[in-house]
Amino acid sequence: MSDSSLKGKRESWGRYPKLAEASVKPIYWRDETPDFTHFDRNVLPVGYGRSYGDSCRNDAGIALDTTHLNRFIAFDRENGVLRCEAGVSLEEVLELIVPAGWFLPVTPGTKFVSVAGAIANDIHGKNHHKAGTFGCHVTSFELLRSSGERLICSPTQNSDYFRATIGGLGLTGIILWAEFRLKKIANPFIHMERIRFGSLDEFMEISSSSDDHYEYTVSWMDCLSGGDHIARGLFWRGNHATEAEGASSHVHHPLPLRVPFDVPSFLINKFTVKLAIEAIYRSQLNKKIERIEHYDPFFYPLDRILDWNRGYGSRGFLQYQFVVPETNDNQALKEILAQIRAAGVGSITTVFKTFGTIQSPGMLSFPRPGITLALDFPFRGQNTLDFLDRLDQTVCDSGGALYPAKDARMSAESFKTFYPAWQEFSRYIDPCFSSSFWRRVMASNGNGHRLAA
Amino acid sequence: MNILIVGATSAMAYEAAKCFAAERASLFLVARNIQKLSAVREDLLVRGAQRVETFALDMTEIVRHQELLDAALSAFGDLDMLLLAYGTLEVQRELQASVERTLHSLNDNFVSPIAFLTIAANYFEARKSGCIAIISSVAGDRGRQANYVYGAAKGGLHTFAQGLRNRLFKSGVRVLTIKPGPVDTPMTTTHMKNPLFISAERAGTRIYRAMKGREDVIYVPWFWREIMTVLISLPEIIFKRTNLKGG
Repeated sequence: MSDSSLKGKRESWGRYPKLAEASVKPIYWRDETPDFTHFDRNVLPVGYGRSYGDSCRNDAGIALDTTHLNRFIAFDRENGVLRCEAGVSLEEVLELIVPAGWFLPVTPGTKFVSVAGAIANDIHGKNHHKAGTFGCHVTSFELLRSSGERLICSPTQNSDYFRATIGGLGLTGIILWAEFRLKKIANPFIHMERIRFGSLDEFMEISSSSDDHYEYTVSWMDCLSGGDHIARGLFWRGNHATEAEGASSHVHHPLPLRVPFDVPSFLINKFTVKLAIEAIYRSQLNKKIERIEHYDPFFYPLDRILDWNRGYGSRGFLQYQFVVPETNDNQALKEILAQIRAAGVGSITTVFKTFGTIQSPGMLSFPRPGITLALDFPFRGQNTLDFLDRLDQTVCDSGGALYPAKDARMSAESFKTFYPAWQEFSRYIDPCFSSSFWRRVMASNGNGHRLAA
Repeated sequence: MNILIVGATSAMAYEAAKCFAAERASLFLVARNIQKLSAVREDLLVRGAQRVETFALDMTEIVRHQELLDAALSAFGDLDMLLLAYGTLEVQRELQASVERTLHSLNDNFVSPIAFLTIAANYFEARKSGCIAIISSVAGDRGRQANYVYGAAKGGLHTFAQGLRNRLFKSGVRVLTIKPGPVDTPMTTTHMKNPLFISAERAGTRIYRAMKGREDVIYVPWFWREIMTVLISLPEIIFKRTNLKGG
């Protein structure tokens, strides 16, 4: 792993809110049971801390560090099935499986996450419309409960715990190891195209014509453009390269970069954000570019910049990812974009994708059919929180939802509306387990995260 | 390449073993706990090791050292390298309150390794090639009140290795002394972490490279050589007044 994910740093990726665990207890071996009876506080299993908000945090509680559970257990090279311990990162998985002709069934935008984290957040990727979530490819895992009980969970064995733990935010117990199916590839390359689009309508057109023929689709959007150019941006689509296409390609690994210091907040303002967005949009002069490229820049462009979250300064930022159902006029989406424009706050990395209809086994799984949008907003105090509360209302009204892995502030009321299965899920929560996120969205006063006066 | 690793479930040894596994080495792993050995074995096989055999043994059971060496030789026929990576780090304050525990610590970290090195050295000397890698510690370079029992054992090991290197040189056998600073491993879980700590992965990779290289003594990471040079050169009249913390 790169140093940026070394343990001991317990700030989540968005760096907001600032919380402090009472202690961090590492788990080194999967056959050892931590002495839960000696813990005087509740616990939360934690990996590399790449969730943005407080779902990977346990303020004043105990974090069980699972990153030392980093061993492989079995790799079926013929059938593409991998079994490994909870803390193995997707980066390590890729290093093992790609040379053997396999790929992750689903990958998020960073490879610096653990396998257990991928399950607990039921992550999705650019192939959601074809493959569903990560949880759809999990064949089994072992869940350790604070009672000392060890449950082997699969779609057929302890299937209720299986469904609760996928997307279960680490609250149902410790995942010790997991087994999942891989995807066959001929080489490490992606045949990709990048198309510039000038409006939301054009995006919808490209998106619907691409979903059948391209395994991977994703877009970047200019969230500040209005009028005829509302939601202009760049559309990526790609497939794993064929054997012939891969034969003539070369791996080129640029050195990683690093944001070496916290960028002062005043440098991130309306003007610089607008400038950055314009620069990204203008960076592609041609309507369409097409090339064979290595999977790394295609899937993990931001992983090249270590500690990129420092670019938002020490106050951190809020990532806002929602999904709203697709409608003829996409009114909800337009409304949210209008609110962002009106507020004058821009997000540089606005990621945009249509989810497919494949159902995840997870009870609290986020992806559902519709359009999902992920935005970064630098944290600017109560104004930012109030602004996002207003966006929540529109998401709620349209029947959409927010993604817990990215969230640091949604209200209990919103959460319960977005995830009606929360009551069923609650039955499977381990009595010793909790998280800052969970306490917030279960709070009875119904308020989200408020700043102290 | 056939490698015998004693203390194979230690984090540093495991990280070094991963590097050897990636180049399809055969590994004979020794540690106390059979479950942990089997977790490491499965992992190294997935990572590409040609063969992985395990042997559960508490190395303070010195009477079984020959049996262990014979088992490794009968499994692989021949050994190219030995990595001696076991040891225990106890709280100094508890050791100084108990003769029994002090002797126990010396047994774990000095007597037992030297017993095994004695028979292993004879094997490698007769073989006329190979590498014996021994994990000592920066704690062995100068005794400090924070950990001088552990330090004395590791210092003794270092002196033994020096002599062994001198003796085996003419037989073409390399003796490598490895002196890590503090490493983030289960051994140091309860220690306060500071910027001098490095990851087990970084330490293990360095050990692997040194075992394949030509050095005699390495510090992990390198800057400990400079730090220890300064510490060693401090006159005792000053040093005895210091209170340097840490592993």
